[in-house]
Amino acid sequence: MSERSMIHLDRVTKVYPGSSVPAVEELTLGIEEGEILVLVGPSGCGKSTTLRLINRMIEPSGGNIYFDGEDVTDVNPDLLRRRIGYVIQQIGLFPHHTIGQNIATVPKMLGWDKKQVAERVDELLDTVGLDPAEFRDRYPKELSGGQAQRVGVARALGADPAVMLMDEPFGAIDPITRDRLQNEFLRLQAELRKTIVFVTHDIDEAIKMGDRIAILGERSVIRQCDTPERILAYPVDDFVDDFIGAGSTLKGLNFERVNSLDLPEYPTMRLGDSLEVGLAAFNGGHQEWLLLLDAEGRPLRWLRRADLTRSEGQLRDRGHPVRAHVEPNATLHDTLEEMLNSSTGASVVVDKRGRYLGVVEIRQLVEVIRELRTEAKEHYEALEAAST
Amino acid sequence: MEGVTSWLGYVGKNYDDILQATWEHARLVLIVIVAATFFSVILGVLVQRNATARAMSLSIAGIFLTIPSLALFALFIPLVGIGNPPALIALFLYAILPILRNTVTGLDEVSPAVVESAKGMGLNTWQQLIRVRLPLAWPVVMAGVRVSSLLVVGIAAIAVLVGGDGLGTFIQGGLTRLGLPGSVESVWVGTVFTVLLGLVLDAGFALVQRLTTSAGLRI
Repeated sequence: MSERSMIHLDRVTKVYPGSSVPAVEELTLGIEEGEILVLVGPSGCGKSTTLRLINRMIEPSGGNIYFDGEDVTDVNPDLLRRRIGYVIQQIGLFPHHTIGQNIATVPKMLGWDKKQVAERVDELLDTVGLDPAEFRDRYPKELSGGQAQRVGVARALGADPAVMLMDEPFGAIDPITRDRLQNEFLRLQAELRKTIVFVTHDIDEAIKMGDRIAILGERSVIRQCDTPERILAYPVDDFVDDFIGAGSTLKGLNFERVNSLDLPEYPTMRLGDSLEVGLAAFNGGHQEWLLLLDAEGRPLRWLRRADLTRSEGQLRDRGHPVRAHVEPNATLHDTLEEMLNSSTGASVVVDKRGRYLGVVEIRQLVEVIRELRTEAKEHYEALEAAST
Repeated sequence: MEGVTSWLGYVGKNYDDILQATWEHARLVLIVIVAATFFSVILGVLVQRNATARAMSLSIAGIFLTIPSLALFALFIPLVGIGNPPALIALFLYAILPILRNTVTGLDEVSPAVVESAKGMGLNTWQQLIRVRLPLAWPVVMAGVRVSSLLVVGIAAIAVLVGGDGLGTFIQGGLTRLGLPGSVESVWVGTVFTVLLGLVLDAGFALVQRLTTSAGLRI
């Protein structure tokens, strides 16, 4: 929250004429370069108003707004807005202009030459996954909702602004297309590293899109502003807890990956090993199951102790098949899902070639959750200690 | 049948005069429509977002339409003398309402999201009007222009009573000589050519409307 933030709001207030209660009250917030900060909160909390104060679509009644250290509270708002990409839910493409002309709007206003503008239009259409030759000369009425939203994003990126403001950009799109657009947008952002303020009322979208999330209460008061992981692990008060809703622990598992776990020793034996090897492995620990691997080290069967000593049939036909396995970059959420599908309540971790790396059990997930909570709690206690 | 033949004979004999009068009539209408379009679009833009000003200007423009045309034409003689000037002023006042009303409606119908995004990209108020709001309202404005032109073509025939020219001269001439040879034919010339002129002008404005409307707005 320093002067080095890309966008810095300093005690920004908005009081509408004729209203005694401010819509936004003394909001101080820093948005760091290259991050997506999501403003999320119940409807009517003033999150859209807050967003629109940043590009001064709404003029603040008090406080200051800084861009990269420069006070922009009183500069010409039209010139300011040409430096900021702006995407709204209804998109608002110009219906009388072609897609190309729409995307060229800001570059043209900034006086780019024709060739430069044409190249930029094609480049941006490519960037958002639309074929320039096919779409450049079409009109907005010929686009589907998802295509129009892509063009809206391309238009906002027109003059390569460092900052983008997005007001529920995927709010009016069907869930399947929305999911795809969100993923595409995140991939795009990984390359572009824009500084983005993103408004939504959907906590799941906030968790998915945000590097940080600011949960706003009435009058746009920040109730909690942190990474999604920490907010899910440690909601600071009942308001935040209510807002993120049930299942926050489960959602939190989306942010942790298998390769962050220490995988403990687990009894295994290979096909072709003698039964003694297997029995010895059991004796070493107190596990109920042993994992049978093939000659390449790929997991085959879950075996109980009794399966080893039984005399009838091949070893590879005894016990239960290994159905559930994950790769090291899988999220713990997916791992849990696999675990629940598994006959043994454990999920086997394998490398890309399917070779055994280790086993994840439910108690390791419980441990991770406990650690996340402790870490978040200590973080907030440290903050509190520092502020008193 | 005999009437039609004698009428065609009359037209053939007075061909030059009829063309001349039609041209004068068209000129009256075109001057009035161009002036009324400029005036009404500017007024419409100014009053659209102010409920009081908008209601007032629409009411006044409506009142002009209810003033009997004969009286309205004559009212301006003391101010500008006789001839075409009083006719032009009266026709101008008649032409305002359809264009003004359609300008206001057309601007109302521009999607707020489009204006919001225009403003958000840094178009100033003037650029928003010229590049976005007016082009989007334009097909509706042009529909108003076409209604006005049809209205004015008919009423312009009265110009002759205040000393103006146009096809009204044939109607008035015929009426004052009623019963004499060629009088009925003369009235018919005035009527038929006024109607034809109205159709031609409407077709012309329809073409202008099409040429000045973006392909993205055509249905």
